Amino acid sequence: MRSDVGTERGRRGRSAFRRDQRVGLPDQPSLCATSTRLRGVSLAHIQVLDVHQEGDSPIHRRDARVKLVLTLAFIVAITALPAGAWLSYLLVLLAIGFVLGVSRISPALVLKRSLVAIPFAMSALTLIFTRQGTTVVAVELAQWTVSISYEGIVAFASILTKAWLSVLIATMLVTSTSFPDLVSAMRSLRVPKVLVSVISFMYRYIFIIADEALRLHRAREARSASPKGASQGSIIWKTRVLGGMIGSLFLRSYERSERIHAAMLSRGFDGDIRTMRSAELGPSDFMVIGACLIYLLTVLLVSRIQRGT
Amino acid sequence: MATASGVPVCTAENSLPQDSLPGVTNSRPGSVIELVGLSFSYPDGRRALDDINLVIHEQEKVAVVGPNGAGKSTLLLHLNGILTGQGVVRIMGRELSNGNLGLVRSQVGLVFQHPDDQLFSPTVFEDVAFGPLHMDLDEEEVSHRVHRALAEVGMDGFERRMSHHLSLGEKKRIAIATVLAMRPAILALDEPSGELDPRARRGLIRLLGSLPQAMIVATHDIRLVDELLPRTVILDEGRVVADGPTKTLLKDVELLDRHGLEPP
Repeated sequence: MRSDVGTERGRRGRSAFRRDQRVGLPDQPSLCATSTRLRGVSLAHIQVLDVHQEGDSPIHRRDARVKLVLTLAFIVAITALPAGAWLSYLLVLLAIGFVLGVSRISPALVLKRSLVAIPFAMSALTLIFTRQGTTVVAVELAQWTVSISYEGIVAFASILTKAWLSVLIATMLVTSTSFPDLVSAMRSLRVPKVLVSVISFMYRYIFIIADEALRLHRAREARSASPKGASQGSIIWKTRVLGGMIGSLFLRSYERSERIHAAMLSRGFDGDIRTMRSAELGPSDFMVIGACLIYLLTVLLVSRIQRGT
Repeated sequence: MATASGVPVCTAENSLPQDSLPGVTNSRPGSVIELVGLSFSYPDGRRALDDINLVIHEQEKVAVVGPNGAGKSTLLLHLNGILTGQGVVRIMGRELSNGNLGLVRSQVGLVFQHPDDQLFSPTVFEDVAFGPLHMDLDEEEVSHRVHRALAEVGMDGFERRMSHHLSLGEKKRIAIATVLAMRPAILALDEPSGELDPRARRGLIRLLGSLPQAMIVATHDIRLVDELLPRTVILDEGRVVADGPTKTLLKDVELLDRHGLEPP
């Protein structure tokens, strides 16, 4: 009965075709510069969203609810740590390192992904100059004096570290947990149903919408040739076409949502999404949660003691 | 929904067990679908269905063919009350009304043309479980039905897979499983073989042939009709223009040609 091996192969064949096209792109840089970028974006989307890595470690096997709760607990604790509590930061990092080791996920991969936080944390850079305290360097600029304070440097470095640690731990979560498991964990942790449904639908359809965007873009590329070979059309023309594409994408998504709604109604949907109850958490789950919470309390205590001395 | 006034009342005893339930109006014996004078216009005034009269019996396999825009999909959407027009729709002898939508939707398994519309959950299991869960079945029964339905379409072992990682052929099979899990008496399929490569199409035809339910299939695939569905209804501009044995209708080249169809 299972005769879909052929289509499976066909699908792979198609993606290989897509790759071939990309390989072929550098030959015509003027026409394809934007398309490479767009294709990169949409492929990157799929990669960024599909960060989950299959694995069979104790971290992968642990119930998604436990992981979600602990991730949130770690992020709250990290946020609560005062500036300059370096020993506590180190303890958090050690814990993350331990989990990373047990999970057998490539550290380089997690490190790379965790760096997305850095640009956002950079917004705290002004603290170096604005925080009052012991002046480290003072620069005379005409009638102004720009001074860099020790307290400012500590505050900035702390924010940078804390942001990075938080993203690091969130990255660990999504790398070791599949998206459907995360969604059902949110559901059983009583995250509002509408919110969970929106997240779930978004994940299901973002790939399809990205594919549609890609097709629209290709259709535009296919019609934007010029006999002279170089021209790509004016910025205004491109903007107008882009506007049309966005509108068309919205309409398609809207129509799709109506068809999905009809499909849901056909299967008895009455406004309330019902799902299977998840299995009860076991004693080992509560032990893991307990142990981690005690560790986090210790980390917080250490930061207090460090500040006290 | 208009009333059944003016419709000849059939007094014959009905063989279907559902007849003992309340809310049942008289209908012809053994019919699972009965459409009487069904008409439907879209909000823009375009008439999509025009006085459709159609009776489908238990386990009967019927093809609905016709050019694009003939009203095939619109007709299917009337069978479980997604759209409601003028006229009477009776499913398992029961006239479709707001009060029995839930029941009728569990009896008519509607499979949409694009599996990406039908499969809206993150995993295959959740999608197949959606129908049974909304029928208020207990969880053990739901799990059992999901595994059974997936086995019926040859997709057992796919429970944990994510829909967007599947091929079109696999998605089409799972879309059928999502309604089989509801144990419907009638399957209404919209273009089941559309866009499939020959191998996946062959597998799908074999699958459809193995299912015992009454079947109403809207399709352009005349070869599928010839092979699988003994009765054919030709729809054009919202009207039934022919209804009869597939073998006879498909030989009438002149009739097919008039309605934009090709002989197999």
